Amino acid sequence: MIADPKGLYQEVILDHNRKPRNYGLLEHPSHHAEGLNPLCGDHIHVSLDLAGDNVEAIAFQGESCAICKASASMMTVAVKGKSRSDAQTLIGEFVAMATGRLDPQNSLHIGRLAVFAGISELPMRVKCAILPWHTLRAAFSAVATASTEADADPMQTPLGDA
Amino acid sequence: MSAKSSTLAAPPALPGTRPEPGAMPTRAFDIERIRADFPILKLQVAGKPLVYLDNAASSQMPQAVIDRLVRYQTTEHANIHRAVHHLSETATAGYEAARGKLQRFINAREAREVIFTSGTTDGINLVMQGWGRKFIGAGDEIILTVLEHHSNIVPWQMLATEKGATIRVVPINDAGELQLDDYESLFNERTRFVGVGHISNALGSINPVKRMIAFAHARGVPVLVDGAQAAPHLAVDVQDLDCDFYAFSGHKMCGPTGIGVLYGRAALLEAMQPFKGGGDMIHTVTFEKTTYNTIPHKFEAGTPPIAAAIGLGAAVDYLSAIGMAQVAAHEHELLHHASERLRELPGVRLVGTAADKAAVLSFAVEGIHPHDVGTLLNQEGIAVRTGHHCAQPLMKRLGVAATSRASFAFYNTLAEVDALVAGIRGVQKVFG
Repeated sequence: MIADPKGLYQEVILDHNRKPRNYGLLEHPSHHAEGLNPLCGDHIHVSLDLAGDNVEAIAFQGESCAICKASASMMTVAVKGKSRSDAQTLIGEFVAMATGRLDPQNSLHIGRLAVFAGISELPMRVKCAILPWHTLRAAFSAVATASTEADADPMQTPLGDA
Repeated sequence: MSAKSSTLAAPPALPGTRPEPGAMPTRAFDIERIRADFPILKLQVAGKPLVYLDNAASSQMPQAVIDRLVRYQTTEHANIHRAVHHLSETATAGYEAARGKLQRFINAREAREVIFTSGTTDGINLVMQGWGRKFIGAGDEIILTVLEHHSNIVPWQMLATEKGATIRVVPINDAGELQLDDYESLFNERTRFVGVGHISNALGSINPVKRMIAFAHARGVPVLVDGAQAAPHLAVDVQDLDCDFYAFSGHKMCGPTGIGVLYGRAALLEAMQPFKGGGDMIHTVTFEKTTYNTIPHKFEAGTPPIAAAIGLGAAVDYLSAIGMAQVAAHEHELLHHASERLRELPGVRLVGTAADKAAVLSFAVEGIHPHDVGTLLNQEGIAVRTGHHCAQPLMKRLGVAATSRASFAFYNTLAEVDALVAGIRGVQKVFG
């Protein structure tokens, strides 16, 4: 049996990888963005319906590693029903945690997402965990269902301004 | 021993069999003694003995090469080809002696056909700039293969865009073998150049470059061989291949990073325009006119990586002492064992099953992304490469976004193959 000293492949992550929540594409989303990590081939779509300022529905779909897929699945669960500004706060905190700049114990918002804290010790995998969150941020600022333009490319967004 | 054949010179030894007396070179292949030459192989990673299976990306360095670098920096260093003082003469002699070692290693006719570069990418770019920009024009065609590493695609695309030339691509079958009929049918009166990898970095396919070169030469078309994956693993003979250019990297063959070799046929090198201008590549300079130095110096502007070149010379001494035929035979045994064991594993598919193959194993584990495979194997101390292997067109052709790749060197063992297999089973267990 493989030891997992970083605690990364915990059951909750494996479960979300096996049975991703909110998987698919919304039929007529108000916002949509595509996230691509050309280095490893991770490729996901995030679509959402904003009712006023509220994330009424959200879904994701794509081809990716377990870390990216579980991160996307847990992200949709975490932001569904939240206000746009709460979701934006969570994006910032998740990215900060994944890059080792935020101890999840000092956050009121991270909750179960703390299972991703160990990713900060694997620099080559940080981008896998972050991709869905960058894509969500791009979706918030993107025109409905338009394809992602260069300036909305989630990977072009500097990590530092998360 | 000298490198006199472009193919595997010794028949592959099957596991558990002993070669006939006299069938192998006299010096026995002692894997434990060889492993003791590599200090890094004693490392522990994640509390486990390192199992280093990423040799196609970069190989490790034996103590003899490390010692040579230290001796050079400790007692021999100065700039070369310039001053008359003792150290400059020592450094120059060491640098040019390394060129001679590399000449013999690939059996080039003359030392001046060996140009030191920073690596394979640099060598290919040199040919593109020096030969391509001078001799390839609008409407001309360049033949490449779908197996190529990005470094043998992108320079030619840059040239094609600049000149209005076209790139034609040789396809593969599902096993990862080049289709020679298609290759031959790509030739026409506009064909000016062929670029082909000797061994595919992603799949391990050994390409029939000698036959491809003969076909191109019958039509007056020069051929560049990307030998980055071949020079470390089999005896390369540029005269036997009859190639026009052969590029390879030092760090994949027990040498340092930042050094590589471009072999070029003297007549072609002389016809080429210089790529970089500067010191050492000139004969005389006035503000009205500069005359260029002779080859190889015409292509070695500026102070070269002297220590790295000398280190690479020590690396080919080391490899030659083992014997490239021995290297190829041992690696073939590893390939044979690893292929059999991985085929037995449920849910594991080998990607690339060419009949003629080097010890590179790309594989897919059903339902598990290569990056998860790589991260979990690393926690067992096993280093493999995961991703597109700088061959995105090939990945697209194979219909996969990425693979996991175990690539072997002569210092790897059958026990390490078994560790890899156990590691993959462990990954499958984690994912249930």
